[in-house]
Amino acid sequence: MKKLKYALFTGCTAKQSTPEQMMSTMAVAKKLNIELIELTEASCCGASHLQDYDDFLSLVLNARNIAYAEKHALTMVTICNTCQLNTAMTKHRLDRNPELKARVNEKLAEVGLEYKGTSNVIHFLYAIIDDFGLDKIKEMVVKPLSEFNIAPFYGCHNIRPSELHDESHQQKENPYNPNSLDDLIIACGGMNVDYEEKNKCCGFHVELQAPHTAAVLTGTAIAGATDQNADMMVTPCPLCHLKLDTQTKGASEAIGREVSLPVLHMQQMVGLALGCSPAELGLKHHVTDVNFV
Amino acid sequence: MSTNTITTQKVNFKVFRFNADEDYLPYYEDYSMDVTSEEVVLDILNRIKWDHDGSFSYRRSCRHGICGACAIKVNGRSTLACKESMTTMVEYFGNDLTIEPLSTKRAVKDMIIDKGDFWEKHAAVTPYLVADIDESPSCENLVSPQDAEELDEADLCIQCGACHYACPVVEINSDFFGPAAFAAAYRFEADVRDNDGQRLIDVNEEKQGVWDCVKCFECTEVCPKDINPFEKITKLHQMAFKKGVAKNNVATRHAVGFLHSIKKHGVLDEGGLVLYSEGPSIVKHIPVALQMFRKGKIVMPWNIQKSDNLDEIQKLIKSSSTVKF
Ligand code: SF4
Ligand code: SF4
Ligand code: SF4
Ligand code: SF4
Ligand code: FES
Repeated sequence: MKKLKYALFTGCTAKQSTPEQMMSTMAVAKKLNIELIELTEASCCGASHLQDYDDFLSLVLNARNIAYAEKHALTMVTICNTCQLNTAMTKHRLDRNPELKARVNEKLAEVGLEYKGTSNVIHFLYAIIDDFGLDKIKEMVVKPLSEFNIAPFYGCHNIRPSELHDESHQQKENPYNPNSLDDLIIACGGMNVDYEEKNKCCGFHVELQAPHTAAVLTGTAIAGATDQNADMMVTPCPLCHLKLDTQTKGASEAIGREVSLPVLHMQQMVGLALGCSPAELGLKHHVTDVNFV
Repeated sequence: MSTNTITTQKVNFKVFRFNADEDYLPYYEDYSMDVTSEEVVLDILNRIKWDHDGSFSYRRSCRHGICGACAIKVNGRSTLACKESMTTMVEYFGNDLTIEPLSTKRAVKDMIIDKGDFWEKHAAVTPYLVADIDESPSCENLVSPQDAEELDEADLCIQCGACHYACPVVEINSDFFGPAAFAAAYRFEADVRDNDGQRLIDVNEEKQGVWDCVKCFECTEVCPKDINPFEKITKLHQMAFKKGVAKNNVATRHAVGFLHSIKKHGVLDEGGLVLYSEGPSIVKHIPVALQMFRKGKIVMPWNIQKSDNLDEIQKLIKSSSTVKF
């Protein structure tokens, strides 16, 4: 197989509150012999909040990020659901609206850049599944997670709006019964847990302005996984991870029940199965202890 | 034109039954049917009533996706029964389908629910044009196509409630207006003829929560009219800033805070954003922040790795900003 190579948009979280996510991304890429060129010029995508304030500015900044991936002539890979949403949504809107694209490019020209629309934008989860291949992962597993019931938590922005997803990814994902993360759990030797909240929202984006709403959503999700005998959860989104891993106290209070489960990043789960060490995967950076390795 | 062959397959239905006047608890009835690829969900409801149990109750009127009466849930997904094809449902969920009303806790009889909260919230956004109308105009009152486009199809809403009862926040916060009411608010705010002035201020009250939407896209995913209520909520946010009615609160500062951070670092300063948004209320985050700090999850502002070519980002912010707060 030709070596896979992508432009990596790390997003901000991977560099700050979820360092373990950056570490495990690099560790897994190394194991799978995937080359990731980090887009160090990229700005924050605005996390779906900047657009609430200034939509055009948000488009320009995201188009600039994609333009750097285009310069490398590479597909952009994201490691955060919300980065994926904002970046792919920008691409979606610009590719469909030549007038808007021209207005954005007029601005980008001021700094010598151009958004062409030549690079696709996909989440690393799908790069692994679609481009690398589940079968090959399966073959490479040295430490199957066969003792564990693992609850997939998809996070909204990888699966909804489904129209956007279907456009940027090869594999369709059923927004009501997604399966990519389940398949990956199985490929890693684990047992995938089915529970009602697996495709629901964790509430991250209103953490500050509606803490009760956010806490109820987080608590309900962890409780749902627990009730189906999950030993741990796994998510492709660092924002979901922050909610599920660091906010269990508030979540427990909000739903009136003590909840807490170890939560792995998708990359950490793959890394464990491929034989990476806990240190390489940054397991010590979790607030809820990962107590099974 | 391609000729589609009609296929038939067996589908098992679990159907929610409840009569608020007689039953203490709801129960589920099982039916197995041969379903053709031409049928929509409403055909199944009809067949249950006509072939199995005449007392089975549901709402429908137009059968053409216009009246908004027939929305129910199939395997938990809001669905406009007269529009949704059975083939899609089987594709989504397989051959075992659960048929329920939009909201089981609001059930009155079988598929029929009390939609009172939906209508109350709808009424609260002044869902009509407020304008001084010349009652004997001398010519037509024209709206240009560009101005009409501003509505962004929000006027196509049929008030079916599919989005409202798919929204997780509606179930947690009973004050939250919900996606349909916000879409309606947008529909009239975006209308050049409207001069209400109060509507946008009202929806920006903290209580109703135009800022409490969790951005989950559940509403967008289910709307049978492709209205994308989430996008309308985003547009209400943008309007609030543009028209200067955005209040200075944690939600609006959170949105603006991204700009400040990007201007300074290119990337986000997570701690700085929380501080800027919360102000003195930041103290309530200290316990979690300490835990995170101990786990190496907090980067000090002076250690933040700024974006390369930050000057480009700053230049673009200067030239491309369209809003002031
Ligand atoms: S979504 Fe979050 S992590 Fe991703 S770029 Fe935006 S702020 Fe950074
Ligand atoms: S699940 Fe949470 S972090 Fe993920 S997209 Fe939804 S709100 Fe955002
Ligand atoms: S996007 Fe907002 S309004 Fe729509 S369903 Fe989610 S929380 Fe409700
Ligand atoms: S926005 Fe769509 S789903 Fe919501 S009430 Fe209107 S038509 Fe129904
Ligand atoms: S019967 Fe009128 S919308 Fe379905």
